Amino acid sequence: MSSRSITRRRALQGAAVLGGLAAPMLNTVTAYSQSGAFNWQRFKGQQVEVLMETGPRADLMKKYQKEFLDQTGIKLGIEVIPEQQARQKVAIELNSGKPSFDLFNFAFHVQKRQFEKGGWLLEITDWLKDPQMMPAEYELGDISKLGMSFATTSDGKVNALPILCDYFMVYYNKELFAKKGVAFPKTLDEMMTAAAALNDPAAGISGFVGRGVRNANVVLWTQLLSGWGQETVAGKPLKLITDTPDAIASAAYYKKLLSSYGPAGIAGFNWNEAQGLFMQGKAAMWIDATGFAAPVEDKTKSRVVGKVGYGLPPSGPKGHGSVTFGTGMAIPKASARKEAAYYTMLWMTGRTMAGRMLQVGGGIPFRTNPLKDPAVLSSLTVPREWAECAAGCAPISMPGLPVIVPVTEFRDVIGTALTNLLGGADPATEMKRATAEFQPVLDKSEQS
Amino acid sequence: MAGADVTIAAGTRTAGERRLRPYLLFIWPALIVSSAVIIFPWIFTVWMSLNDWHIGSKQTFIGLDNYVNLMTNRRFLESIGHTIYFTILAVILPMVLGTVSALVFHKKFRGRGFFRTLFIMPMMATPVAVSLIWTMMFHPQLGVLNYLLSLVGLPPSQWVYAPGTVIPSLILVEIWLWTPFVMIIVLGGLASLPTEPYEAALIDGASQWQMFWKITYPLVAPFLVVALIMRTIDALKVFETIWVISNGGPGTASEVLNVYLYAQAFAYNQVGTASAVVVVFFGIIVALSLVLLWARQKAKWA
Repeated sequence: MSSRSITRRRALQGAAVLGGLAAPMLNTVTAYSQSGAFNWQRFKGQQVEVLMETGPRADLMKKYQKEFLDQTGIKLGIEVIPEQQARQKVAIELNSGKPSFDLFNFAFHVQKRQFEKGGWLLEITDWLKDPQMMPAEYELGDISKLGMSFATTSDGKVNALPILCDYFMVYYNKELFAKKGVAFPKTLDEMMTAAAALNDPAAGISGFVGRGVRNANVVLWTQLLSGWGQETVAGKPLKLITDTPDAIASAAYYKKLLSSYGPAGIAGFNWNEAQGLFMQGKAAMWIDATGFAAPVEDKTKSRVVGKVGYGLPPSGPKGHGSVTFGTGMAIPKASARKEAAYYTMLWMTGRTMAGRMLQVGGGIPFRTNPLKDPAVLSSLTVPREWAECAAGCAPISMPGLPVIVPVTEFRDVIGTALTNLLGGADPATEMKRATAEFQPVLDKSEQS
Repeated sequence: MAGADVTIAAGTRTAGERRLRPYLLFIWPALIVSSAVIIFPWIFTVWMSLNDWHIGSKQTFIGLDNYVNLMTNRRFLESIGHTIYFTILAVILPMVLGTVSALVFHKKFRGRGFFRTLFIMPMMATPVAVSLIWTMMFHPQLGVLNYLLSLVGLPPSQWVYAPGTVIPSLILVEIWLWTPFVMIIVLGGLASLPTEPYEAALIDGASQWQMFWKITYPLVAPFLVVALIMRTIDALKVFETIWVISNGGPGTASEVLNVYLYAQAFAYNQVGTASAVVVVFFGIIVALSLVLLWARQKAKWA
């Protein structure tokens, strides 16, 4: 008994002494940290778990993780799983409060609202302003406005950093265009005429190819809808505007373009079927995201290497846009290694890695400097025309999907209507039915 | 005398209980495990189905609203229709073809072992890998199936790329994948049949058809029922092939219950609605299994 009480007293004394000693030490540390510059080695010895979606981005991070280890002393564990599964895993693990990862990448247009509502992401607004947490070489100011707006919540807090964006552009087969003497279309009307001229079912050539399959097709339609100068939701509280006369006109255009000049079975086509057909030289035009230049220009996979042109999406009667999708990286609030994860995020979304991503045609950064950097452009593995086209998309970029929580259900419901159009249904009827079906779901999600 | 009887009976009961008691302990591990992995999740699912529960927001108790909503949900009702359509075709065709091929392979001929092995191969492949290959074959422009059709002068089909042909095309994959399974079960049944009835029938001058219909069919009927039960449950629960090949599309033309359920739970994060779908689905499977088990009893007595 007595020995225990002595121990406790001594322990308390010891603690007091230590505390007295520690207080000034702590002060010096803070003082140092306030005056010190950014130091990549600050969190060395830690291990950061990163969850990434399959794709060139993850491959690139894996390839250079040794370089990061040498630079910072932070060891990375990178887990790569396919997009769909990664989305579910992230949502479920964040919801559980004990995620297995300290850093992850995600699509703003799919999960931004969901994460914001859940309050799961670490806010980094202050770190971005702290010179010890934000190196000048990161070139924070070079990130585009659209990129930063994707990474900022509705009440102005930054909780992610943008990494890549995808614009929609037209891939076209120059050889087929030359053979029929058709010029590259500048407007939607010209595109319809061009598709009709290029379409040659007897030779197995389709005038146009694109996404027809439910869910995926919605973004091709919103691309066309941008020609009528419209998006899919408006107002506060948010209301669907997918049954306006303009929306119906664009749906009718979608129906005519795909069902008259697209290949048989286009109602089941996702980007990969469309890509397959285009790479076989059996489609004259294909509208999809920027990320497909690498496979299209790959000699081992594609038969159209060197014959592909890259053009801006045609303008419509009331507007001109290129729908844009952004991906970013974020740290869960529940992570135990937030600072090291933040450093990793700076590296992954930083200037150097952005340049490398551009070089392999893996995606376009939300930055302008790498797009102008001669050192980056000189070692592009894809045609320069592609990079120029992407740069041309930037000023007309607009969101391709509404920023709402049930975005997957939105895509399924509207996508089903669009697929039904390809089966012969009436645009007005289908768009009105789908809008009526989804509006209650949207109302409910905006209430809660 | 009566008193003595009672004592003996009571004595044996206690002795029996005493012998049984130490063994009762052995039930516990199994009971705990099955409670943890079957009974608890099941009760929890029923509880979730009574809530409005969306991942990322708070759940609220809403009673039977999820079920009421499902009853008027066009997509849900259609998915039940698709499930029934799919199940009927995916059970009957492999059953018929499996039985016929079992009869063929029951006969002795040169290379029987080789062909039997070849025939059973599809069953050994994983459904996802098989589905990916079929997806490529179904491609309307680049797929091999339309090329084969063109060789014999038939017009190309859109296969899984059109609402009208998607389910029959998926059934094609199911037949290819599961006919061998039925065949193996029936073949086992045929091998166990006695030879005497056939000898007697031959002496009596019965035809091949009569021998099949009057002897083979009744004797293998119990095996057929086993195959029928397993095939039906498998077909109802189909997921991988549809998910990989058509993803429930085009539109919702091949969306069966399981695919719909998956969308609700993991794409829309509607845990409450998804749980209600599970409960309904479970009810359907149990009801159907009971019917089939009853049919099996009948087959035994026949």
